[in-house]
Amino acid sequence: MRIGFLHSLIRKEEKLLIDEFKSRGIDLVMIDDRKLAFDLFSGPDVDLVFERCINHSRAMHGLRLLESAGVRCINTSDVSRICGDKILTSLALKEANVPQPPVRIAFTEASALEAIEQLGYPVVLKPVVGSWGRLLSKINDRQAAEAILEHKAVLGSYHHSIFYIQQYVEKKGRDIRSFVIGEECVAAIYRTSPHWITNTARGAVASGCSVTDEISSISLAAARAVGGGVLAVDLFETDRGLLVNEVNYTMEFRNSIETTGVNIPARVVDYVLETA
Amino acid sequence: MSECPVCAVQITFSDDTVVGELLECPDCGTELEVRALVPPALAEAPETEEDWGE
Repeated sequence: MRIGFLHSLIRKEEKLLIDEFKSRGIDLVMIDDRKLAFDLFSGPDVDLVFERCINHSRAMHGLRLLESAGVRCINTSDVSRICGDKILTSLALKEANVPQPPVRIAFTEASALEAIEQLGYPVVLKPVVGSWGRLLSKINDRQAAEAILEHKAVLGSYHHSIFYIQQYVEKKGRDIRSFVIGEECVAAIYRTSPHWITNTARGAVASGCSVTDEISSISLAAARAVGGGVLAVDLFETDRGLLVNEVNYTMEFRNSIETTGVNIPARVVDYVLETA
Repeated sequence: MSECPVCAVQITFSDDTVVGELLECPDCGTELEVRALVPPALAEAPETEEDWGE
């Protein structure tokens, strides 16, 4: 079996996955997205491509180009397109009746300000495309809203004027990251931080979290809503139950293997090989 | 063995090092990318881009 490994930089996660593939004797074809030039027709001679790019735009377009050339991919281009865009993710969750925090989307400073006032302070302004908790703004009052909206509109590129506004959820210092592989929620962690942003990339600490029926159920529902595959689901604990914050399609798990006792790269490779 | 492009310390690759892998220079702490195995070559890792993530 020949598996294409679509990548650019090799992070800890990619290294663990490569080692796992090699331990199974798999013929791994490394495909560096920085060296690719597509012709719209041809693809690599592999049974399946497994995507691990660090750039969302390259992953999304690369997967679409590969699929059009007849190459099966994990995750699919549709999954990358939806998960890489917070508006599309919110729509997919809404259409599948998966609970999420209230959101507003607006295209001008004035309409965004009105939407923020409707939601009520505080709110969180997020870039539609972005990860690792970067460029998030918690807006506590109208003065801050006016300033941040103006800065984004004036200083940002055009897509920073597509305003994704989420009602702030008081999560008491932690959220939940669950890991879905195929039709199973295999593990979960708490991400705890004194800061309101609880991404581990921003210093949050991972600790074990039992996969309850509620966590499993909402995680699988979120994964199905975006198309399924290998996904990490971020959850908020609230008085009205769990809410889905985001779904990540090139998930990082370096801090979650020892924490959960689950060999996540082995489970991912199992899934890829079963699918190929 | 390759040289850190920032501080010039000699860095030895392990047997399972792969092209594209990120390493941290043990001397100056710079994040480095493995550009080649034969001959060994290192470069400073690229700066984070806006659409990087998971």
